[in-house]
Amino acid sequence: MAAEILAESVYYQYSQAKDLALKDINLRIQKGEFVAIIGPNGSGKSTLAKLFNGLFIPAKGSVRVDGLDTRDRENIWKIRQKAGMVFQNPDNQIVATVVEEDVAFGPENLGVPPEEIKKRVYEALKIVELTDFDQKAPHLLSGGQKQRVAIAGVIAMKPDYIILDEPTAMLDPVGRREVINTVKRLNREEGKTIVLITHFMEEAVQADRVIVMNRGRVVMEGTPREIFSRVEELKEIGLDVPQVTELAHRLKGRGLEVRGDILTIDEMVECLCPLL
Amino acid sequence: MPIVVKNLTHIYMPGTPFQSVALQDVNWTIEDGEFWGLIGHTGSGKSTLIQHLNGLLKPTSGEVIIDGVNINERGVNLREIRQKVGLVFQYPEHQLFEETVEKDVAFGPKNMDLPEEEIGRRVREALELVGLNYSEIKDRSPFELSGGQMRRVAIAGVLAMKPKVLILDEPTVGLDPRGRDEILREIVRLRERQNITVILVSHSMEDIAKLVDKIAVMHRGRMVDSGTPREIFRNYEGLSSIGLDIPQITHLMLRLKHQGKDVSTEVLTVEEAEAEILRAARRKGRA
Amino acid sequence: MREITIGQYIPGNSVIHRLDPRTKILITFAFMVLLFVIDDFTGYAFPAVFIIVASLLSGISLKYMIRGLRPLVVIILLTFVLNLFMIKGRVIYEVGPLDITYEGLHQGVFMVLRLVMLIVGTSLLTLTTSPITLTDGIESLLKPFSRVGVPAHELAMMMTIALRFIPTLMEETDKIMKAQMARGADFSSGNIVKRAKSLVPLLVPLFISAFRRADDLAMAMESRCYRGGENRTRMKQLRMTYADLVAFIATGLLAAGSLASRFIW
Repeated sequence: MAAEILAESVYYQYSQAKDLALKDINLRIQKGEFVAIIGPNGSGKSTLAKLFNGLFIPAKGSVRVDGLDTRDRENIWKIRQKAGMVFQNPDNQIVATVVEEDVAFGPENLGVPPEEIKKRVYEALKIVELTDFDQKAPHLLSGGQKQRVAIAGVIAMKPDYIILDEPTAMLDPVGRREVINTVKRLNREEGKTIVLITHFMEEAVQADRVIVMNRGRVVMEGTPREIFSRVEELKEIGLDVPQVTELAHRLKGRGLEVRGDILTIDEMVECLCPLL
Repeated sequence: MPIVVKNLTHIYMPGTPFQSVALQDVNWTIEDGEFWGLIGHTGSGKSTLIQHLNGLLKPTSGEVIIDGVNINERGVNLREIRQKVGLVFQYPEHQLFEETVEKDVAFGPKNMDLPEEEIGRRVREALELVGLNYSEIKDRSPFELSGGQMRRVAIAGVLAMKPKVLILDEPTVGLDPRGRDEILREIVRLRERQNITVILVSHSMEDIAKLVDKIAVMHRGRMVDSGTPREIFRNYEGLSSIGLDIPQITHLMLRLKHQGKDVSTEVLTVEEAEAEILRAARRKGRA
Repeated sequence: MREITIGQYIPGNSVIHRLDPRTKILITFAFMVLLFVIDDFTGYAFPAVFIIVASLLSGISLKYMIRGLRPLVVIILLTFVLNLFMIKGRVIYEVGPLDITYEGLHQGVFMVLRLVMLIVGTSLLTLTTSPITLTDGIESLLKPFSRVGVPAHELAMMMTIALRFIPTLMEETDKIMKAQMARGADFSSGNIVKRAKSLVPLLVPLFISAFRRADDLAMAMESRCYRGGENRTRMKQLRMTYADLVAFIATGLLAAGSLASRFIW
């Protein structure tokens, strides 16, 4: 059985829209990867995320999760258990009035026995570092904490893939950092495959692979270094690059001997020191 | 129309077990035409503070003086104050409610009991100020617009009251980079054209550094610092001790300086950094 | 609104708190029936003692519960006054065209007692049971009826979601109200028609937001494999203990006592 999410010539159209939301998407996301998907609003990145766990079904083409086709209704619950999803608005995805009850919601739906649920809930809360918050009411938590509760709710279902649809868009910098650190840990320590949809470039930089979408198509694909060195193209479609990357790009243009694929302050300092 | 905040303290639910001090002894003077950035992390009191500037919240103690008048004194018309001090909340598109864009933007001026033609004129002007095409958009439902357009309609709804002071609470949150740049560009243009006072609340130090003349820093209900961006961002340790960042580019210059390089750290934008590094490299004969 | 304290859950670990929610719901139900069956003062001594004992055991002071009655004072007074004047019988005092009768006074005091005990007794249930446990209890009690079409699981899920979103929507209401006030809206003056009209700019955004939230939540629940009550397990199982048995016996004795008192006196 193939351990991957595979999209083959996928097209998607919303019922009332005249344009296609996705056109001819071909992607393979392998187990263990950390993939970031970036693109301006309306580029189709959120739509794509919802195709990965069968919330949407392709109009043409196919999406397979570990070989299971999302078009087959019989696979749907299996697929959703394998590919968990975290959404943008932290307030609109928490179901229960107590944190531990919410984390238990997924496993309860899967029919897991009570003792096993308890174990899973506490493991999941430990992974997102919210063990002491198990009895708290969700509306009293910060945005970053709410998103971590949502992540715990997904982990408790024991998925292999976690798809996060702009989980940091509504958070402040502190919350954003909490969520991204949690996501990185899930990938490195728990071996979860991560698909992170975002428009914050500092987040995309942390991934193994970046996919850039525009107008319903995949327009670039590569390592963060490859992608972010293409400063002009990114700006063309309305995306940012980190400030240091842009600086490196400009200095290079002015004839300075600077690498064009710089992503962090450390790299930039190292690169500039011999010149100054 | 200067705004003076004097010894402002605000306590939520005083006398109950839920009592919490949201603002403590805040002093702040905003002169005509200034462009302020208000920073501080969530819960530092920024939102509570700005809601005092147009009388939505009443101080527990202290004063808010606008144009020489203490706005919490009896007999002060708060509606008039709110027209002069326009406040755009976070996610302002969530307050849209009318069938058409035109009617929604007219809500504020209508509440001011202006004559019909004046309202029409203001609606058109406000929509154009935020970069929307009046005749194209006026009859559309605000709910079928894109997220960025909805937000601009909502901002127009406040601008149509012709405020002398405009306060924006995180106007770019949730937008993509292009949407963000558009909104920020409109704010700059607005200031150039109307010369109004602007207070921008934001978590993005990069945006703040690019735009404002002065910064006020909030932490745990107190205003812990205020000054020009260069003054504020110079204090990297102080800011990071209260959980705030400085622009990445300023951070880079600090790091270079730390390595013993002869560069100015008073750099706020990529353009300035480019010039500064080229200058330093030339001195070394490297460029 | 914030001052209404009747029925707001007070966390605790007393015997009463720890009782199975089903026990508490059933006993409360029996208690209510009893209050309507008993029709004399002596009979009321039993439920009164019951409330006092239960409140002592729960660690929640009677004073607190009585204070919770404050928002209902008008209704209680009205009950008293209506009974006082409307019931015909032996006149003991005349106020203008109205007569106060002995029967009226008797009935007035009796009805007030009934109302107060009803409110205090039922609020004991919600004071000592968290909303979520209460919901579990209701779901479990209704389950046998699902075979005849009572949607037990769905009702419980609706209650849970309502409880979860009440604080969120309250916060949102406050925010939208302030945002419209910043645009010159006035929610507090004018006649009824004007005030009702002024609510439109508040209610429309609130409804739109509630629908958007419902849509988001439905999608989030679906992606967490929610498909109604079938095959669903629960992390927390309800379990009856000896304490529940004792509570049932005590309630039984109380009911028997108060009914028997009729024949003894």
